[in-house]
Amino acid sequence: MRLREIAHSRTGDKGNTLNVSVICREPGHFGHLRAELTAERVKAWLGEIVRGDVIRYELPKLAALNFVLQKALGGGVTRSLALDAHGKSVSSALLGLEISEPDPAGDK
Amino acid sequence: MNPLVKPRLVRLGAGAGYSGDRIEPAVELATHGELDFLIFECLAERTIAIAQQGRRKDLQQGYDPLLEARMRAVLPIAASKGVRIVSNMGAANPLAAAQKTAQIVRELGLPLKIAAVTGDDVLDAVLKGAWLFEETGEGIIKYRDRIVSANAYLGATPIVGALDAGADIVLTGRVADPSLFTAPLIHAFGWRMDDWPALGQATVIGHLLECAGQVTGGYFADPGFKHVPDLARLGFPIGEVAADGTVTVTKLAHAGGRVSAATCKEQLLYEIQDPARYLQPDVVADFTGVEIIEDAPDRVRVVGGRGSAPTQTFKVSVGYLDGFIGEGQISYGGPGATARAGLALDIVRKRLELTGVRTDELRLDIIGVDSLYGNTLGLTVGEPPEVRARVAGRTASIADAWRIGDEVETLYTNGPAGGGAATKSVREVLAVQSVLLPREIVQPTFTFVEI
Repeated sequence: MRLREIAHSRTGDKGNTLNVSVICREPGHFGHLRAELTAERVKAWLGEIVRGDVIRYELPKLAALNFVLQKALGGGVTRSLALDAHGKSVSSALLGLEISEPDPAGDK
Repeated sequence: MNPLVKPRLVRLGAGAGYSGDRIEPAVELATHGELDFLIFECLAERTIAIAQQGRRKDLQQGYDPLLEARMRAVLPIAASKGVRIVSNMGAANPLAAAQKTAQIVRELGLPLKIAAVTGDDVLDAVLKGAWLFEETGEGIIKYRDRIVSANAYLGATPIVGALDAGADIVLTGRVADPSLFTAPLIHAFGWRMDDWPALGQATVIGHLLECAGQVTGGYFADPGFKHVPDLARLGFPIGEVAADGTVTVTKLAHAGGRVSAATCKEQLLYEIQDPARYLQPDVVADFTGVEIIEDAPDRVRVVGGRGSAPTQTFKVSVGYLDGFIGEGQISYGGPGATARAGLALDIVRKRLELTGVRTDELRLDIIGVDSLYGNTLGLTVGEPPEVRARVAGRTASIADAWRIGDEVETLYTNGPAGGGAATKSVREVLAVQSVLLPREIVQPTFTFVEI
């Protein structure tokens, strides 16, 4: 299944850095999301979009993860040659990631 | 509001989330929202640098281009309902914005006191120092001759001062966006400027509200997955804040949009890096303890923001001229569209070489195939029915920038079959980077303007 089935996401920008939140639709899926969606997997999926490191922050009270993507905006919003200079569309790309199905009963 | 009586509840409305935002939702909020304060956040990272260029051309300009339209729309009803206004629409020229607003207030015959917050313009101090850009570590000295603006992100203090002194309208330049919201709360509840937990929760409130419609269902809808009703009449948010900092985010019942735990979570994490350390001029806010509870449809309670003492520096946005970007686009459709767009891009690349157009960086995209994610995602299935070739290049001269779009346009008669809808453009690049300045260099203040 795609990540989109169990989570939603929003992208924000600061200089040449993007952040992408990934939020569980059902808080009970947070353990599954945390196990599936490592920083390494996000970096591998987004490939050439992210030239720097990917750092993951956890927000268990919100059943959410926040990924910080360094060097992801072509030198920064204000000087990038990209069509989507803000990287607004990256959240949608991440939601296309294939993940395994969560346990229907929620986290164990 | 009687300053001697602490209110039980303060109602904040967000009237704009960016410079060009819709105007009617703010009028609707002022009319029906039973607001104490209406706040307009209108200043993106680069907006102030653009405004500084406007001010250079005309000393009475440099404030938000929609200031007059917004004020004329909202002031009559705001004045009659006793709603006070805080906004960064002062942009590069808060004093001129306040004077313009005073002129409107005189015309309308409204008894309003208007203050301007100044002190964010630190261009002189920046030009005198050997500061480093925060992100790249480069010295700014290299950019010295091209720097056009330097504005510090001020905190709540000067806005609180103006509100304490009785201002009905406070116009600022660059301040941290959440501070536009924390200031009315600090003023109304009398929170101390070293009450870090209160300032941390106030930052949560400001951050949730500052993008207006982005917390009431804007930037959220995804058909089949996330439904939002009536986005054409999206209502902007109201924050009902109690003296202990508990906030309920809501909207007018008849307005479009929705407020849910999901909309609030997306907005809470918007533009956040380390959620335990959200750096603000007045506090380092910690979002990791935040809890978001849906009490009723379109009523979401948010508690648990915390904070600690701020750092010893102010963040300063430095704007500098950074050459030009020239761009051209042309569309191809039908069978083989992607191949013809690819051929078009090859031709333009060679033409730029053959004719000696100097680019520091060149980007070739096929919109519909790889313009957003490059070759990263294997999401494309089959050939798209139409695509658009796009060439963008960075140049030192404006003449070279125009040559890029020209070489796309000549594809009409010299390129692959069936190219149409060619466009070209050039823009001067006003880049923005940050430096950190010691706090003592930045001296914010406020002044009232004559009515």
